[in-house]
Amino acid sequence: MLNLFKFKGGVKPPTNKTQSLGRPIAVAPLPSRLVVPLHQSIGGTPRPVVQAGDKVLKGQLIGEADGWISAAVHAPTSGTVVAVDMHVQPHPSGLDALCVVIEPDGRDEWTTRVPVDHRALAPEEVRERLQQAGVVGLGGAVFPTHGKLTPSKTVPMQELVINGAECEPFITCDDLLMRERADEVVRGIGIFRDLLQPEKVLIGIEDNKPEAAAAMRAAVQALGESFEVVQVPTLYPAGGAKQLIRVLTGKEVPASKRSTDLGVQCFNVATAYTAWRALAHGEPVVSRLVTVTGNVAEPCNYEVLIGTPMAEVLKLGRPHPDTDGIVMGGPMMGFLVPDGEVPVVKATNCLIAHSERLFPPKAPEMPCIRCGSCARACPHELQPFEMYWFARAKNFGKTQEYHIFDCIECGCCSFVCPSRIPLVQYFRFAKSEIWAREREKKAADTAKTRFEFKQLREEREKAEKAEKLARAAAAQAAKKAAEAAAAAGEAAPGETAAAVDAETDPKKAAIAAAMARAKAQREAAPPRNTEQLNAVQQRELDEIEARRQAAGISPAAPAEKTE
Amino acid sequence: MSHYLFILVGAVLVNNVVLVKILGLCPFMGVSKKLETAYGMGAATTFVLTMATGASYIIDHLLLTPFGLEYLRTLSFIVTIAAIVQLTEMVIAKTSPTLQQTLGIYLPLITTNCAVLGVPLLNIANGHNFVESLLFGAGSAVGFSLVLILFAGIRERIEGADVPTHFRGVAIAMVTAGLMALAFMGFAGLDKYQ
Amino acid sequence: MELLLAIAVMALGAVVLGAALGYAAIKFRVEGDPLVEKIEAILPQTQCGQCGYPGCKPYADAIAKGEADINLCPPGGMEGVQRLADLLGREVKPLDAEEKPKQVAIIDENTCIGCTLCIQACPVDAIVGAAKQMHTIIAGQCTGCELCLPPCPVECIRMEAITENIDNWKWKYPVVEIKAAAPQKAA
Repeated sequence: MLNLFKFKGGVKPPTNKTQSLGRPIAVAPLPSRLVVPLHQSIGGTPRPVVQAGDKVLKGQLIGEADGWISAAVHAPTSGTVVAVDMHVQPHPSGLDALCVVIEPDGRDEWTTRVPVDHRALAPEEVRERLQQAGVVGLGGAVFPTHGKLTPSKTVPMQELVINGAECEPFITCDDLLMRERADEVVRGIGIFRDLLQPEKVLIGIEDNKPEAAAAMRAAVQALGESFEVVQVPTLYPAGGAKQLIRVLTGKEVPASKRSTDLGVQCFNVATAYTAWRALAHGEPVVSRLVTVTGNVAEPCNYEVLIGTPMAEVLKLGRPHPDTDGIVMGGPMMGFLVPDGEVPVVKATNCLIAHSERLFPPKAPEMPCIRCGSCARACPHELQPFEMYWFARAKNFGKTQEYHIFDCIECGCCSFVCPSRIPLVQYFRFAKSEIWAREREKKAADTAKTRFEFKQLREEREKAEKAEKLARAAAAQAAKKAAEAAAAAGEAAPGETAAAVDAETDPKKAAIAAAMARAKAQREAAPPRNTEQLNAVQQRELDEIEARRQAAGISPAAPAEKTE
Repeated sequence: MSHYLFILVGAVLVNNVVLVKILGLCPFMGVSKKLETAYGMGAATTFVLTMATGASYIIDHLLLTPFGLEYLRTLSFIVTIAAIVQLTEMVIAKTSPTLQQTLGIYLPLITTNCAVLGVPLLNIANGHNFVESLLFGAGSAVGFSLVLILFAGIRERIEGADVPTHFRGVAIAMVTAGLMALAFMGFAGLDKYQ
Repeated sequence: MELLLAIAVMALGAVVLGAALGYAAIKFRVEGDPLVEKIEAILPQTQCGQCGYPGCKPYADAIAKGEADINLCPPGGMEGVQRLADLLGREVKPLDAEEKPKQVAIIDENTCIGCTLCIQACPVDAIVGAAKQMHTIIAGQCTGCELCLPPCPVECIRMEAITENIDNWKWKYPVVEIKAAAPQKAA
């Protein structure tokens, strides 16, 4: 049996998981309209490759990955693209972002799926296929999976940690996935194992999910794999990647380092499942499991198409009439979505019907009494009360000294705070202010370099112009001398010229001749876009010239400057 | 030997220049908004004050007292201090630009620090010899730095506190300084065996 | 007699100290001013010239020399003034102009006649185009300095405030709610 480690702190909120565990995974019906946001993963925003009016098939590419850390987006069902425009996002800001709106045709017709055997492909090709299939971390962080599948060149990969802990209350989608589709999850883990070549593979599952652990063990055995299924103590946030790595391997990953640098990598079970579907079945990520729970009559897990409006998904669970909002994610880290129309995205693992009965409004914030409860609860051994103090005073330098960027915003500190201070909100505020400042600093630095370069270029151009003028003057003098010689000479003009060239300075004359040729060429070549004009265009052009004259710009001046 | 120790401890804690003698309040209030600047100011003042006590002792004993010009003390000391501050700034600018950057404009401000003038005058009033003068100067400077840094640390935290609107800024800083002075009174008697 | 002595002593001190300082001034001369760099790091580098100096560096020079006030930089805003005041130990003064939100220039490409005047005016080379060809702004590099506005003969450039989007959205400072938030309606 594996020797388990412990992380400091953590809390034990009521798990509320049994409600949604009673029913098997159901498939959500096709919605009337799908709004698929293009930016569903960390990194670059995918570029839309469809237009309004296009017919798309299920699984067809609609957003092309932009850069390496970015993942493609696909049509969740067959139908017609109605629009590519801005829609409100499942994001705490409630702001809009670019989405592809699809009207389903009801046939749910797949595009051609190309199953591959990942063992027959080069690792780079597997990673590229995962990117093309839009496989991202489904635990909530939605980091493009292919970006995590490159082992460190210097540090040997020791452990591959598979996260099935699912520590957040209410959420059961990973639990049910492991119970019902353990076989495919294990096969997916096999892909990650083949790419990363770790010494061992550890599947961490919280000990309040014995059925899931049993199903996974059975699947591992049936497939003859050597993965170890480990039951970890139920303690929020054991499902945080850093916490699970700590519990299973004893390694601590600081904010400044990647986990591969410590020879460990972590994936969610749902990610493994989608990776397997993407490669072995050629199915890109177009749906995901979503727990519908909270203030509903029939809590259940649904397989929901990406882009389905959340209100429609929630309706499946028959919410009670006093429902007054939807929380995306769990009660610890989730947030109230701005509108019921926001779509389900790859990060949506749970929808909780919110009501005042279930989540009574928090009593007002009281002053910090420095009791230290938050520091005891913090799983990262930070000092939330100190970070809070300085975040409140907007002293961001100090918050960084107290390692605010190691904070994973798990909400343990807010949970235990006897003064009910929304600590995490202060930390998010401080973090986004620091990021904004860094962006500004970067913009200022680029502006400075560009300004300095422009000045340098202007200086250089000035110098070059002066040089050119000097050369032209010299050439003129040489030409005059040649003409004078030609006028005076009796021999053939060609000979005379040659003779004079030889007499004066052959090099100079050659330069002068070349410059004369270049000048003639320049004069002969008209501006490229002004040839073959029709009458209308010519008239417009004349008008523009007239305007320029009126504005006091001679037509030659700007052209010369851009040379 | 213990006599020197008493002078040192007495200058640092018991007769602290800022909180007990109420000298040098200008930089104490002005440069205590941030810990970093407080460190710089403390270091610079320590250097200048020690130098100034030494130099003023020499000037007083070699120049002023022999000629009976004691009434010129204030004038000549100020000139000396100003020159030392200038000199220090130039040397630091040349030798350690990073230190100069951290100290910034606080270096020339030391000239106006009345503790730097007060300590040499107190030296003479107390009849200290050269070593005693230097110890007293250094001790006072350390005492100054100590309370400046403590005070800056407190003020940084006050920034985040719920201070009533009318007390914000210098007002609450004054109250804090008063409380600190009360606390330092607790050191009285520490050197009663002197 | 005593008066003369006093004057002599003070004069002697002055000469000695003056000589020492003069010597030090030559011996420890430092080229350049590190303060200018620090000031420049605070300035927003829009190079807009709204301070009356041709760029951020000249303004930083002027501040360091004590010729310019610290409240002349509108793009830096009140926060910039505050940071300059902290650095220089000067009093915080209200900004000398109105504080504007961050902007970006937009060229109306239908009206643009391709005169290249704005290209020459742009301090950070954020406009692309050639003579008699349409010009356009590289929005990511535009500092919103408005220097391209006056030279345009057809007034085809306008400034637009940068609106908040998901990428530059910031978490707000948590405020204490006096009463419970209005219940949100689930659709």
